Amino acid sequence: MLVAMFLAGLLTAPLIIQRYTASGTFSPGKDSREFALEHFGFYLENVALASGLEFTHQSPRLDPKLQHILPQIASMGASVSIVDFNRDGWSDIYVTDSRYGTQNALYRNESDGTFRDVAAAMGVADVNRQGTGVSMGAVWGDYDNDGYEDIFLYKWGKPELFHNDGGSGFTSVTEQSELPRWVNANTAIWLDYNSDGYLDIFMGGYYPAKFDLWNLNTTRIMPESFEYAQNGGRNYLFENQGDGTFRELAGQVGLTSTRWTLAAGAADLQQDGYPELFLANDFGVDEFYANDQGERFREVGNEVKTGFTPKSGMNVTFGDIANQGLFAIYVTNITEEGVLMQGNNLWMPRQGGESMTYSNIAGQRGVELGGWSYGAQFGDLNNDGAVDLYVANGFISARKGTSYWYDYSKVTGGNSAIISDARNWPDMRGRSQSGYQRNRVWLNDGTGRFQEVAGYVGGNAIFDSRAVALGDLWNRGVLDVVVANQNDRLLVYKNTVSRGHHWIGFRLEGTRSNRSAVGATVTLHWDGKTQSQIVSGGIGYCSQNQRRVQFGLGDSEQVEQAVIHWPSGNRQQISRPEAGKVHLVREPQ
Amino acid sequence: MSSPETPVSQTDSAPETAKSVSFNKRLDFRYAPPVLITLILLAGHLSFGILASYRTVILAVGTSMITELVLARLVVGKWRNLSSAYITGISVSILIRSPMFWPYALCAMISIATKYVLRYRGRHLWNPSNFGVSWMLFTAPFSVAGLSIQWGNNLWPMLIIWPLGLVIVWRARRFHVTFTYIVSFIVLSGLRSVITGASFLAEVAPLTGPMYQLFVLFMITDPVTTVSSRKGRILVAFLIALVEFVLRLNEFIYAPFYALFLVGPVAMMIDLRRKKPATD
Repeated sequence: MLVAMFLAGLLTAPLIIQRYTASGTFSPGKDSREFALEHFGFYLENVALASGLEFTHQSPRLDPKLQHILPQIASMGASVSIVDFNRDGWSDIYVTDSRYGTQNALYRNESDGTFRDVAAAMGVADVNRQGTGVSMGAVWGDYDNDGYEDIFLYKWGKPELFHNDGGSGFTSVTEQSELPRWVNANTAIWLDYNSDGYLDIFMGGYYPAKFDLWNLNTTRIMPESFEYAQNGGRNYLFENQGDGTFRELAGQVGLTSTRWTLAAGAADLQQDGYPELFLANDFGVDEFYANDQGERFREVGNEVKTGFTPKSGMNVTFGDIANQGLFAIYVTNITEEGVLMQGNNLWMPRQGGESMTYSNIAGQRGVELGGWSYGAQFGDLNNDGAVDLYVANGFISARKGTSYWYDYSKVTGGNSAIISDARNWPDMRGRSQSGYQRNRVWLNDGTGRFQEVAGYVGGNAIFDSRAVALGDLWNRGVLDVVVANQNDRLLVYKNTVSRGHHWIGFRLEGTRSNRSAVGATVTLHWDGKTQSQIVSGGIGYCSQNQRRVQFGLGDSEQVEQAVIHWPSGNRQQISRPEAGKVHLVREPQ
Repeated sequence: MSSPETPVSQTDSAPETAKSVSFNKRLDFRYAPPVLITLILLAGHLSFGILASYRTVILAVGTSMITELVLARLVVGKWRNLSSAYITGISVSILIRSPMFWPYALCAMISIATKYVLRYRGRHLWNPSNFGVSWMLFTAPFSVAGLSIQWGNNLWPMLIIWPLGLVIVWRARRFHVTFTYIVSFIVLSGLRSVITGASFLAEVAPLTGPMYQLFVLFMITDPVTTVSSRKGRILVAFLIALVEFVLRLNEFIYAPFYALFLVGPVAMMIDLRRKKPATD
């Protein structure tokens, strides 16, 4: 009898645990703004329409042979990047569309609270023309060091490079740049991999470049495995020759994998002056490429312990989550209750002797279970001095109450000959898959532990969100959030931060280093705290944050010093920089 | 999807006939499955990283063995060989995925406890890990999912699993069970294809995955939880495939687990009713 009662207790345990751990959903009430400001220090409010940012993304229409699983294949392309393209000190926004005949939008910040789409006038709108492929994302970088950010557009099609003509227009320099004819790319970033003072481009392939997804000769285009696929697109590294041309040398420097890359991030993680590359790969393990003195990349995922267990990598971003001057790596994956519990990864560095290894602490820190996660960005949303995390979720929101997961799991469990052929994938018939998921806002408590507060602070949109970018859109000293949604409208969350939360920003301009200062690290010391941030040339799933770095200071108004490590090797120290403003810092010669 | 508890369970709580096997043969056979499952596990992890972490394996195996020790002492009044509990723990650690730790411990405890509680005429009715895993998948989807890693969807894991599995199945004299199930699954896949409109290859795809093969080779062939006659076992294997067919038509992702969960004990009870009461 005793044992029977013991078993009965065990059998009821899951139900009890669910009852006491269920988070439920929170619908903000009328007073949620005040509640959020009081308890969490910030509040997000979508002001896209009121600000003139009326944009709706459209998914591509592809070869009829893929029609039965089109929502799954055509599930990407909504991207966002924040840039000050005309150097007026106000952040502008570039968003991509993904259907033939549609136009991308460049929203110029009018500095009066509104934005105006000037893409057509600037020559960067009509880029989704028949036969040239459609946009998947865009990243900005000053490749010729003229002071104006140029734009690299990656597509399922021909990648394009536009030169920024002094902020008054753009000229396509694609042909002279010797870019490949066709790449099915879903990520690209600017980085100066050899620290020669010129920005290079990394681009990662998703589908192999031999496929024109609008005109297929075969249906054998799918990954050969759900978690061990290596039949994706190849990598590209375009080395800037300094004369407006690029030389592709991925193979020569060791970037030879053909995994299904969805996001790339570059940062000097080994602190040797050269940026490492981290690739988040769908259908397989992620890759950690150590940079050997700007001459070669070496994949060390197994050595540093980030590259063993395969998941579905969608996004990579870096953040100094515990104010230690060390960058954790956050990778999003898939979590679907009862079906697939991959969990997102938060890789925390551990220094051991001469080598650095990482351990996944996402579960301990409360940022593991997102959903079908895509873009994610670190940023101090409430200016309390600790970086928070915004995560976009949702794969396909089609008919409510339906799910394609059964058919999906059936095929993905099969032999590679079956899974790799789109013909074998059952018809989706309008069903959802991990749809109608809420985005997450994880608030850092200052020690690197996070609490999910989206239901209270706003920002918990239920769209198929893809790209996330953070930037101070209205020059108020707070980070606003822009979310690009697949097949849906753009969200622009204006952030309101509680009074008394101070901040400081730095806009860097390289001289010996690349002028965009991509790869520079700023370490701020204040009030007994230390926090590092990276100047990025694109980070996250199909996204790019504002170029300048911005720190929250909490209730402190005094900064002891800022230390800048420039890509050139220069180290610059700024004593007692004034809080509450953006400092323009030129690299000393 | 493996749970090769077959031979160990046979020595663990087997019918009288099995006890007539010589000591040496029993010893050899008793430890072969734990060794084999450990080798499969290591091969899978070192090649494909099938384990979420070593900690979950240690937790599941440790919990399973401790539960076995305690319950055996309490219920039977003696210490018990732990190889069966070891396999249950290994199976649990392979079969479920959770970002938390408690599901591994709970699943292992449930699996072992069923052996001591859910009994009929001296025999336990469910394959222990089948019960534990099915229960967790059904009642705790908020924290638990089935194994997602598929060993590469490649051919070569099959070249390891099939010979190893067939050795065990043949040794346990259960080849006809595996054969019947596979033939039934393929035929019913064709029927599902007609009904659902999905391609035949899509319907038969699960069977081509290595982890599903572990289910076919090991879990449904467990001698302790299969019926006594050859004809009966063939019928039960077909019925498992048939119930799975129905569950699949209703889009149950874990249809094979649930089918075995439903069919196995009913068949066992009927079989035991037709026989003399067991003595243990």
